[in-house]
Amino acid sequence: MSLLFDIVLLSMLALTALRIIFLKDLFAVVMLFGIYSFLSALIFVNLDAVDVAFTEAAVGAGISTVLMLSTLALTGRTEEKSSHSSFLPLIVVVTTGAALIYGTLDMPPFGQADNPIHQHVAPRYIEQSPQEVGLPNMVTSVLASYRGFDTLGETVVVFAAAVGVLSLLGVRRKEREDQESGLKAHRVLRVVAKLIIPLIILFALYVQFHGDFGPGGGFQAGVITAAAFILYALVFGLPQAFKVVSPRFTEILAPLGVLIYAGVGITSVLKGGNFLDYNVLAADPVAGQHLGILVIELGVGITVFAVMLSIFYAFASQTEKANIQ
Amino acid sequence: MVTVLEVVSGILLIAGSFFSLTGAVGLFRFPDFFTRVHAASVTDSFAAILLIGGLMLLTSFDLNTAKLGFILIFLLLTSPTASHALAKSARHGGLLSLAESQPPSKKGSV
Repeated sequence: MSLLFDIVLLSMLALTALRIIFLKDLFAVVMLFGIYSFLSALIFVNLDAVDVAFTEAAVGAGISTVLMLSTLALTGRTEEKSSHSSFLPLIVVVTTGAALIYGTLDMPPFGQADNPIHQHVAPRYIEQSPQEVGLPNMVTSVLASYRGFDTLGETVVVFAAAVGVLSLLGVRRKEREDQESGLKAHRVLRVVAKLIIPLIILFALYVQFHGDFGPGGGFQAGVITAAAFILYALVFGLPQAFKVVSPRFTEILAPLGVLIYAGVGITSVLKGGNFLDYNVLAADPVAGQHLGILVIELGVGITVFAVMLSIFYAFASQTEKANIQ
Repeated sequence: MVTVLEVVSGILLIAGSFFSLTGAVGLFRFPDFFTRVHAASVTDSFAAILLIGGLMLLTSFDLNTAKLGFILIFLLLTSPTASHALAKSARHGGLLSLAESQPPSKKGSV
């Protein structure tokens, strides 16, 4: 049954990808990218990787669709015809593809218990993490504790993305009050948005602090919170959103999250352990692990939220500027 | 041993799948934008009630039932709103329905 799901989902994925290549209307391409991400999330669910599926659905299908649409509002929605021939790129793509397929021939069979990937560090995580970290969700133990240094790197990458976008675009802070913004005519949308925005933020907090026990964590929670504020900005207008969360505030929050994360590492060094060794944070090693993971997940959540919102602000304020001119 | 709840849940799930399918057929076969949005949104809302209702009967009436209930409430709030916003934006953008786009002389025959 699981194999059937895999075949159906993968063929839908391939069809979506082919359609994306041949479409010239970029608006439809962005929508298909959303479908593509959602299909990948379903495949991850089928592989029992619910944490990854959650991230893919929130980031890929949710927020990147919004960000790509706001890019399209700046650049225009049709693809320009390529001026040079596509013969050389075709050869490069076919050769690379053939090499990759040749590489898969040496891969161990799919889903076997004695594959090398299951012999390396996975058994130790599965056997030791209940005693060493004590979290029901082992993915969080690996992500935040065993691989805490990697996750710090990921958080810095997210932060660097915001630095890149903001240095290229910049947020236009002074929005004129009389300017048309938001969807004033859509009364139903405004009422429903008012109703569900608090619920979305409540759900994000649940995802943030329940990440130790179920799927979720800082990345997903940050994206969901940012989605709530982006919804607010889309429906009620950018000037109104700037009053709630100012661009300056997001620019303070983004490095703050990274600093909280790195600060936990420094604290554990000062307390006599290694960098990001949570055991020394409390008297009991397991309690120290819980405390450390809770704080660094909060740091990740804050950074991801601030970065997503400031990238959206950068695109949206440029679009409004373009609309006035 | 198949209980009554499982049978009821199975009937609800099959009915929900049927309505999802009719929505998809309507989306492809209906003549203009507004009828297509109508087909997709009405069947989607109804299929969501049936499918999640069917799934709720399969749980042991614990936290999972409540979570499914929350998902249903969220879908019932957002899905009709999205269809409404879609149709209203199309209207605002000047898209005419099938009856309006016909020339007036032919109106009797529509």
